[in-house]
Amino acid sequence: MAEKTLPPVDAVVVGAGWAGSIMAKELCEAGLSVVMLERGGRRSTAKDGAYPASIDELEGATRYKLFQNPAQTTVTVRNRLDQEALPYRRLAAFLPGEGVGGAGLHWTGVHFRAMPQDLRLRSHITERYGKTFIPDGMNLQDYGVTYEELEPFFDRAEKVFGTSGEAYTVDGKVVGKGNPFAPDRSDDFPLPPLRDVYTAHLFRKAATEAGFHPYAMPAANASHPYTNPYGAQMGPCNFCGYCSDYACYMYAKASPNVNILPALRQHANFTLRSNAHVLKVLLDSTGKKATGVVYQDAEGNHITQPAGLVILAAFQFHNVHLMLLSGIGKPYDPHSNSGTVGRNFTYQNITNTTVLMPPTRSTDQFIGSAGGVAIDDFNCDNFDHGPLGFIGGSPLWVNQAGVKPIAGAKATFPGAPRWGSAWKKQAVDTYRHAFTINAQGSNMAYRDVYLDLDPTWTNVYGQPLLRMTFDWKDNDIRMNRHVVSKLDGVVKALGARDVHYSMREPGKPFDVRDYQTTHLCGGAVMGDDPNTSALNRYLQSWDVPNVFVVGANAFPQGMGYNPTGLVAALAYWSAHHIRTQWLKGNGGPLVTP
Amino acid sequence: MTDAPHTPRRPASPVSCAKPAANISAAMAPLSLPTPDGSPAASPMTSSKTNAPVPSHVKQQVRGVEHMAHDAAITPSPSSAFKPKRRRVVQGLGTSMAALSLGGLATQTAEAASSEQSPAATAQHQEAGTSARFFTAAEFAFLTAACERLFPEDDMGPGATMLGVPDFIEGQMNTPWGRGEKWFMSGPHRTGPDNLGYQLPYSPRQIYRIGIAGTQAWVRQQHNAPFESLPSTTQDAILTALEHNATQFDALPASAFFEQLRSDTIEGAFADPIHGGNRHMGGWKMMGFPGARADYMDWVDRYETPYPYGPVSISGETG
Repeated sequence: MAEKTLPPVDAVVVGAGWAGSIMAKELCEAGLSVVMLERGGRRSTAKDGAYPASIDELEGATRYKLFQNPAQTTVTVRNRLDQEALPYRRLAAFLPGEGVGGAGLHWTGVHFRAMPQDLRLRSHITERYGKTFIPDGMNLQDYGVTYEELEPFFDRAEKVFGTSGEAYTVDGKVVGKGNPFAPDRSDDFPLPPLRDVYTAHLFRKAATEAGFHPYAMPAANASHPYTNPYGAQMGPCNFCGYCSDYACYMYAKASPNVNILPALRQHANFTLRSNAHVLKVLLDSTGKKATGVVYQDAEGNHITQPAGLVILAAFQFHNVHLMLLSGIGKPYDPHSNSGTVGRNFTYQNITNTTVLMPPTRSTDQFIGSAGGVAIDDFNCDNFDHGPLGFIGGSPLWVNQAGVKPIAGAKATFPGAPRWGSAWKKQAVDTYRHAFTINAQGSNMAYRDVYLDLDPTWTNVYGQPLLRMTFDWKDNDIRMNRHVVSKLDGVVKALGARDVHYSMREPGKPFDVRDYQTTHLCGGAVMGDDPNTSALNRYLQSWDVPNVFVVGANAFPQGMGYNPTGLVAALAYWSAHHIRTQWLKGNGGPLVTP
Repeated sequence: MTDAPHTPRRPASPVSCAKPAANISAAMAPLSLPTPDGSPAASPMTSSKTNAPVPSHVKQQVRGVEHMAHDAAITPSPSSAFKPKRRRVVQGLGTSMAALSLGGLATQTAEAASSEQSPAATAQHQEAGTSARFFTAAEFAFLTAACERLFPEDDMGPGATMLGVPDFIEGQMNTPWGRGEKWFMSGPHRTGPDNLGYQLPYSPRQIYRIGIAGTQAWVRQQHNAPFESLPSTTQDAILTALEHNATQFDALPASAFFEQLRSDTIEGAFADPIHGGNRHMGGWKMMGFPGARADYMDWVDRYETPYPYGPVSISGETG
């Protein structure tokens, strides 16, 4: 193993996913020399999305070809402070990505904005219900940025992603049949919505009969051929059903690889290094200034890359891990509720209800896209929480992104046969005639749910693993149960043969063995108060002002929507303020506490 | 993808699977080639399924689809992942099985669970042209019988044996996953509540080696015969006991072994046939899954018409 120091560059970006690619593009446009470091290998649609080899359920969704290999580095997990955390040895509950494109290569493509109330949830709840409505132990916070401030950046991200959807209002005027709960927009979606698959069509009809307000889910799957502002071309989605866990062979799903990297590579001041695993951010003797990063290359050499600006844009928990390993900010202590790095770690609160239609109806679940039909009647604060006594909400939707037979056959209902002829019969019946309605809800932040360094286990680089302390709390369990119970009317209107409701069970701890979602959030959150946030409203570290940390780590608490749309908007927001303010100043803080 | 001539993988003959145990011949009997199809005739990939303008780079890929479906000459040979890579003779349990007792198992480690392959079994493997297999003949006999009970042939469709599920699992043992290279295997290995997930020090290979040895020793104690020779109702009772964790093999809970077996059996029944199972897409036909067709542009909103076409494999095989 050799040690080597490279010539300095203006900016180093850690991670080649959505956040890193957006930041690198913006900084290159500003004329900076940029090195982007990606721990995984080179990935492209031409290679990793080539039809038909790429649409292999065993390699893709079962052996996790495009995901992080936990043999290299993983996390430990426990539910409570008094437990010993144990390593997450096999991928299951969440699936962090790896390689150029990151999770952006194999996400589904559901592309939401954020609800205005979610971005200032503490203020909103206090205004509507009073401060005492917030339960003890809940670290409810504002983002420090408003929807109105972010709107131009949501719009920018949709145009770069080629997002298909239907607006409700543009500039205050009703323009379409979109989500009536959605905030106003400055422009329509760049593409019309994807067509409803059969099960989404059934849900739309039944939800309307039940008195709700169904709309077409916004999806970064092109409903028509599209060329984005960078000149990148997308093909039309053909509903192949290989969205989640796969690279899209049709070039229809937005990814950094399709939508940004081709343009980024045109910049002479841009360098991408793959198989470069960043070990830590280097600080000067004051600890207040980053001087670059050190990474390990494929041959095991330790390379120092000096840089004047460091952008952490790895996956949510890797950003937090790097801050803890580098000594950026004060680690969070749950006992004193002080410190900021690791604080407000959240997840997403998802349960999936299965509806079985009559045998005369084939649900053709293998057809799919990132589109679908949702209702927002029970999302965010779109309903009166006063009598309910909980905070948060959950959209309900049919988002059929293609159910493949291994996953379909492995899923069984509680108490049902799991093997043998009786199981076979049920598996076939379910695959042919059932579909799923998801309740994808918010998860609030709590004092004893956080991230820190594990005292026992280390990764292949000899560094302590990140430790997650996470469990479901009463507020979120009751929210989920309330929202799922609202499906009764929908199920009746569907004329279903049978239904298997899935709700969070009180007393049942978070279980790492079941896939839920990779929508992990928080741990290095943005905000207006350096005592409760690691980052200011521009995603700049309060402690080391030439470090910006971009990703879902910045969410103070979870929301019902998928995180990628907000991550992309925050990246453009942060980049805008780096370009217009930070680069013109003395490199100091953009906000004075 | 290679451009090697298409060499379809044949269902293994009884000899290539696990000849030596005469008492499994009944289980292997249904291994005649399944009739190619009982399902509706599949239409080949039609050309130009979409009239929408397509960027040139996408068109190229769409053309590739059509070409592949009609031209066997460019279909890939079976996945390299399925070809056994290990060249040394796999050590197995063979003749030492009978010597094992439950007490002996308690002190066994995963490594010690390997013992010398019986020369006779090795010779039979080589005779069948399947050297360097992971499972010994005796292990494979257990595997075949157990998979068939988990996924039996019945009026819904073919069983695990006919679908090649045991061959699929054999193939998976010779992948990075089978060797545990896609799991975090670093110690210390401690125990905790089930919801914190898998904590054993065993790779899939080790789970099978220990689990099969342990199950067979346990079964012999109770029935004085190997699993594969017992009536199916008894086999089902044994599998149920494993599922409910009625015993433990060294540090391996019986239920952990059962869950591995169940999971891999399902994968073998429904993974693309290029991985050695789901022979002739029998699993997909049963489920109604069209495989690699993956173009439903014309079918998205035909709400009352079930999708009509049979499956296509990544190899180009149609069903």
